[in-house]
Amino acid sequence: MSEVASEVIREMKREFKVVGKSVPRRDGIGHVTGKTVYVDDISFPGMLHLKMVRSPIHHGIIRNVDFSEAEKVPGFVRVLTHRDVPKNIYTILCLIGVGPDEEPVLAVDRVLYKGEPIAAIVAETEEAAMEAVSRVKLDLEELPAVFDVEEALKPDAPILKPWGTNYFIYEGHHCRRVRFGDVEKGFAQADYIIEEVYNTSPIEHAPTETTACVAKPEPDGRYTVYTNTQALFFTMDNTALILQVPFSKLHFVGGTVGGGFGGKVDVITEPIATLAAMKTGRPVKFKYTREEEMRVSSTRSAWRMYFKDGVMKDGRIIARKVISYADSGAYNRHTPYAVTKHAANIAGPYTIPNVYIDAYCVYTNRQPASAMRGFGVTPASFAVECQMDKIAETIGMDPWEIRFINAYRNGDMRPHQKVVEDATLIEVMKAAAELVGHKLPEHLLKMHSWDREKA
Amino acid sequence: MPSRIVAFNLNGRDVEVMVKPLTTLQTVLREHLHLTATKSGCRQGGCGTCTVLVNGEPMLSCLLPVEDIAGQKVVTLEGITPIEGLHPIQQAFFDNYAIQCGYCSPGVIMVIKALLDRNPNPTRQEIMDAIAGNVCRCTGYEPILRAAEDAARRLQSA
Repeated sequence: MSEVASEVIREMKREFKVVGKSVPRRDGIGHVTGKTVYVDDISFPGMLHLKMVRSPIHHGIIRNVDFSEAEKVPGFVRVLTHRDVPKNIYTILCLIGVGPDEEPVLAVDRVLYKGEPIAAIVAETEEAAMEAVSRVKLDLEELPAVFDVEEALKPDAPILKPWGTNYFIYEGHHCRRVRFGDVEKGFAQADYIIEEVYNTSPIEHAPTETTACVAKPEPDGRYTVYTNTQALFFTMDNTALILQVPFSKLHFVGGTVGGGFGGKVDVITEPIATLAAMKTGRPVKFKYTREEEMRVSSTRSAWRMYFKDGVMKDGRIIARKVISYADSGAYNRHTPYAVTKHAANIAGPYTIPNVYIDAYCVYTNRQPASAMRGFGVTPASFAVECQMDKIAETIGMDPWEIRFINAYRNGDMRPHQKVVEDATLIEVMKAAAELVGHKLPEHLLKMHSWDREKA
Repeated sequence: MPSRIVAFNLNGRDVEVMVKPLTTLQTVLREHLHLTATKSGCRQGGCGTCTVLVNGEPMLSCLLPVEDIAGQKVVTLEGITPIEGLHPIQQAFFDNYAIQCGYCSPGVIMVIKALLDRNPNPTRQEIMDAIAGNVCRCTGYEPILRAAEDAARRLQSA
């Protein structure tokens, strides 16, 4: 950074009240005294507890569910099944036009993952609810399950979706596609063809506070829902749609989240707890146990990414073909959107003239995947940067240099037809090199993001 | 089995609770006495959010049947919080941004309290050993270590 630029920034900092300064946290006093109220800290007189009857198998037909022994448990109040849910089949991203609806709030006649909710039991105490859940007799017929994205796309795989495929359909296409230039022509011209496959695992967010809500009937006929969702209005809107009530019937209170990391943006506890409050006229708490949080809450999706790059001797990547598979688990949640983000980013922050991308959102019998910290893009970045190192190693070039040469600049066209604006990759790499004490050669230090040096 | 009365000292005050056998101290604190600073992250001894002091020693209240602490001294985060202002450890956590979502904070603060009570000038390694049972999923461990060191300085100069 030049002397002038440093001076300008120093001056700007003097002017700002907040930018560049540490300010006390608004919620800090509550946190260090334990006075912050998290959802599980809330209770009301007469509050009931809800627990789920969950599928013990990965895939199967529900033949019968017998609640007769559960009903005898002292403290049992009632059971809720799919018949009680006004709009049982939903998909949370319907709010941004994703469809069709495909996930049941409570399973109807089939379960697609181990831990899928089949019925909700409401009881006077948490212990009674758990006891009653343990006494429900499930008669299930187990079906073959599939746990691998590529297995799921084979012709003999069990079909999990009513529309007859194990992939999400993007505007009539079997995957999210990006086509830019002519990738085959690029491969034909390239000095090197460099191929690799990258895999990432599902990751559980494991927030220290488990997913929870309390739904409370109010005297004016509305329902107040205290929740640790990360997406308050999104959750309220989905709850209203699932329960088929006007939005004005619901008052959602939230904002205090004991760790989320994307794991609390699904609409999981609120619709059923609110329904239970409607059906019983009493406040209802639904809090995941740690086991539920680990076993059935959404994870980051697992990805498999096949790369084929055409690279010139001078380090320029002139063609990139990527076939990616996201394991959405049994249902959509946020994965169709993650795949779109992935397709837009899997070429990386590099300018490549010929790009071909097929990114699939695949259903398997795993627990549903969903949002987590840059979901879709994070696995792309992992694969892209591993691939950059592999390219550097293969052609015998410094890994910094390969990134500087290919870094996108303002005005470049990205494969998904967006003109690059406000690029900062080169500046960020220079700053990173300085921070780790790596001395960059002069010709790289001369580069910058706002135009391209003459060849 | 029938419920019975268990008496113990909580934050300097004698309390009696009527509980079924094996009711945990965590349940008694949170559900019977409505003292919710003691958190409930896993109820299986894995996260440390429910840590309280029993006779000055940090213990996981989710694994502790309350009858086991009958007649003993229990201190929770409520017990070290002054009516006005903050305890020096709390102030150090606040000033050093050793809090993110806040859910692990009560447990961590109680562990640091126990550590500094018996070792007023711990090394960084001793602090790390002390909080080894506390999970911060926001992964803000560095600020927690800085806050603990700062708290030690504040308490020594107080």
